[in-house]
Formats: sequence, C-alpha cells, structure tokens
Amino acid sequence: MKIVAVCGMGIGTSVLLKMNAEKVLADLGVDGDVEAADIGVARGAAQTADIVLTSDELASEIGDVPAEVIIIDNFFDLDEITEKLTAAVQ
Amino acid sequence: MAINLAEELSSITIKAAAADWREAIRLAGNGLVEAGSTTGEYTDQMISAVEEHGPYIVIAPGIALAHARPSEAVLKGGLSWVSLDAPVSFGHSKNDPVTLVIGLAAVDHTAHIDVLKAVAGVLSNKEARAELEAAETADEVRSILKRINN
Repeated sequence: MKIVAVCGMGIGTSVLLKMNAEKVLADLGVDGDVEAADIGVARGAAQTADIVLTSDELASEIGDVPAEVIIIDNFFDLDEITEKLTAAVQ
Repeated sequence: MAINLAEELSSITIKAAAADWREAIRLAGNGLVEAGSTTGEYTDQMISAVEEHGPYIVIAPGIALAHARPSEAVLKGGLSWVSLDAPVSFGHSKNDPVTLVIGLAAVDHTAHIDVLKAVAGVLSNKEARAELEAAETADEVRSILKRINN
C-alpha cells in the first residue's frame, strides 16, 4: 500500500499528515509506505499511489489520478484520519 | 529525544490584533525575523503560498501553520506563536476562523520534523489547547508548554 500525503510546500502539513497516517496504519496493522510530497511532486507520485491524503483546497490541484483521494479537514484529529483511512484500506 | 516546545519557540505574541489573514501571517513572520530565524522575504513567501494554493495551511479548527519552502530567506530553523485578539477568517471551508497562527521556518525537509511532532502533540490535546488559548502572557504559554511536556 502506497500513500502520499500532499501539501503545498512539502515541509509542514504533509509531514503532519504523514506522521498521523503512519500511526493509524500501525494501529490498523496495515503494512504501508507513507510519503510526504509537495503539490508539484505529488501529481507524479500520485500516479503510482493507492491513496492520496490532502486538504480540500489542494485536492483540486492534484487533478485526475488513479489513486483514491482522501480529504482531511483536521490534521490533528487522529479519529478523523483513522475513520477515513480505515474506510479506504478495507 | 523529546523536544520541549517552550524552548523551541523563538517568539511568542499574545492577543495580537490582525485585520485580516495577511496581517496575521505577517505577525508570525515578524516573530521569526525578530528571532533571527528568517529575513522579511520569508514572510512574503508565506503569504504567497496561501495566495497560490489557498488557505490549506489552516490545518485544524482555529489553527494556521504558516510556512514556506526552505530557501535563502531561512537563516535557521524557527517557530513563532501568535494568538489573535479577535478571530480572523482565512477563507477555509471548515476550519475558519483562526485564533492561533504558528509560523514555521525550516532549513530543509527533515530537520524540523521533531518540532512539528511536538506541535501536533500539544495542539491535538484539547485541554492543553484551551489552556494555551486562554493564556494572557508569553510566560504563561511557556510554563503551560513546559508542564505538558513533563
């Protein structure tokens, strides 16, 4: 399972998303590789990913990708990320 | 090694007045500049990031993580904290209005990750956050952060 966490600059929000996504995957017992990427790199990386995690604002910039795009509203809310990721990986 | 946010914060501004989101980001940028972490150019870059990509930096209800790419405008890693006197709208669909702006300056893509982890750890704790939002002085913010860390 390959997951790409996307933000505009690749240093802030995507890193937070990556940390929380890794926590959730570990809790679910799912083997996955989570990568943080900025929006420029992400369009490419998303082509080979299974899941893209990002915010509502950036989702439209990613465009059409084969990956499932999951929008996270509150990057600090592990419950939200758990719920949305669980639905996607099962 | 656990990071103590109270020590990592290069600048704390409490109950600041900002008329709009640009001013709110500018306050966070000023904190980084005064701490010797960035040049004024970095502040402009943080504002441009939102102009270009939208208000995605509002990462949780009420919290904006202002930042731009590592660049020559970053002299050393830094973190600034600005709590706003009155909430400011960033135009975010779910997480508006913003009452806390964290300014983040990073020298590369990895050096600041432990600091971000500490920020996430503190701000995802609802009680801690309520206490921090109510703080009236910078010293109070630091002492709350120190206590949470312990």
